[in-house]
Amino acid sequence: MTKPEGELTWKDLEIGSIITEPGNASQYQTGGWRTQRRIYDTNRCIKCGICYIFCPEGCIEQTAEGYFDANLFYCKGCGICARECWPQAITMVEEEE
Amino acid sequence: MTTQRIGIEVSRAIAIAAKLANVDVVSAYPITPQTHIVEDIAELVADGELDAAYIPVESEHSAMSACLGASAVGARTFTATAGQGLELMHEVLYIASSMRLPVVMTVANRALSAPLSIWCDHSDVMAVRDTGWIQIFAANGQETFDNVLCAFRIAEDQRVLLPVMIHLDGFYLTHMVEPIYVPEQSKVDKFLPPYEYPLPLDPNKPITMGAFAPPNIYTETKKAQQANLTAAKEVILQCWREFGNFFGRYYSPVEGYRCEKAKVLLLVMGSLSETAMSAIDTLRDEGKEVGLIKLRLWRPFPFDEIRRAVRDAEVLIILDRALSFGGPAGPVCSEIRSALYNEDKKPKVISFVGGLGGRDISPDGFKEIINRGIEISQTGSEQEFEMFGVRE
Ligand code: SF4
Ligand code: SF4
Repeated sequence: MTKPEGELTWKDLEIGSIITEPGNASQYQTGGWRTQRRIYDTNRCIKCGICYIFCPEGCIEQTAEGYFDANLFYCKGCGICARECWPQAITMVEEEE
Repeated sequence: MTTQRIGIEVSRAIAIAAKLANVDVVSAYPITPQTHIVEDIAELVADGELDAAYIPVESEHSAMSACLGASAVGARTFTATAGQGLELMHEVLYIASSMRLPVVMTVANRALSAPLSIWCDHSDVMAVRDTGWIQIFAANGQETFDNVLCAFRIAEDQRVLLPVMIHLDGFYLTHMVEPIYVPEQSKVDKFLPPYEYPLPLDPNKPITMGAFAPPNIYTETKKAQQANLTAAKEVILQCWREFGNFFGRYYSPVEGYRCEKAKVLLLVMGSLSETAMSAIDTLRDEGKEVGLIKLRLWRPFPFDEIRRAVRDAEVLIILDRALSFGGPAGPVCSEIRSALYNEDKKPKVISFVGGLGGRDISPDGFKEIINRGIEISQTGSEQEFEMFGVRE
């Protein structure tokens, strides 16, 4: 897409609003939906990767040190990782705090 | 094989039309009164007479979904349904049109439950009025056959790329044996170019169809769809002209019958128009200045043609085969009234609803409707519309 989505006119759209640029969903900031933010305590983390498996957004990645951190551009703050992490390395706080 | 006129059940003729169109994929779920269409196609495929994939499914929702997938990879796709089946595929109908997939479907018009009725009316059709499909009503077997062929050409035209429904009245047409001209394959091949979807699903060229659209783009997608369906009318007219040049039968969005100097016009959609013609003949013989308008193109709605066709009449009587419960009139009448409202010169519009759930309307019935319509135009009615033939 040449223009940002919010500037496209109806004549700019492909037939049937088909998207011809593979993977452009990555431009969409789902992090904007968040009302809660995760706080990650690496001291408690045992690097098991459970959070990585359960995150429905697929936004948790393993760092070079082996920790599992979330990309807040995409993290929707659903809290599933915090619920599943049994050593309780993740806590959820209100976004405005 | 040259063009032959054969006596054949209209459903079977539709199967032959699909075969002549050389469809690639048919996915359908059998439902009365559509069954003979899909049974015949299944047989043609099983017998090796039609080289197509016939996908039997567990519901109409799946039938339409399978059609979408097939159409998206560039396969010529056909299906048929009726009544409750059309309702069950309802949500997928919108997806076909908004993803611009040129599926062709014949709908054997059938009343909706409850109470259960397998017989004809247009309540199923009216419920899918706004799904964004091109919709054409056939009045007889030949029209149905011809328009199935036209439907593929219209749907797959690169300027259109929209799904098309051909409506034919359940039983009145589906189960009627009529003499039908069946053209030779070579002529159909010339009339109907191969289908090429400009952006097909292709692993080597990934695309996303039916993606998510946030509020900042959804309105634009709908405007594009509206403009596209409206513009399709030109292509439909062109296709009908070309069809006429090829096969000698010409079609138009609105057709008049004995409308010369008619002060009173009756407007009907579908097979009842054939019966209405007899009533018009009798009334004309009696010296009454009445005529008949058949509405063939339902979507995109032919505003200009309708306005021109009724402009000089004093009274326009519209018979709907569907109710809009609690509404102002039958659905066809509501649309025509609104199309005429801002015109300076327009007839009085009188609404009747009748022929529900397979109730016949005879030529005498049409005479009654016309006479009562004239009476209402002079004296008015206590009701927004009247139901014809109902036992009080
Ligand atoms: S589930 Fe908890 S302990 Fe396991 S990797 Fe994720 S944060 Fe660390
Ligand atoms: S809060 Fe939800 S979206 Fe964010 S990282 Fe945890 S599981 Fe993923």
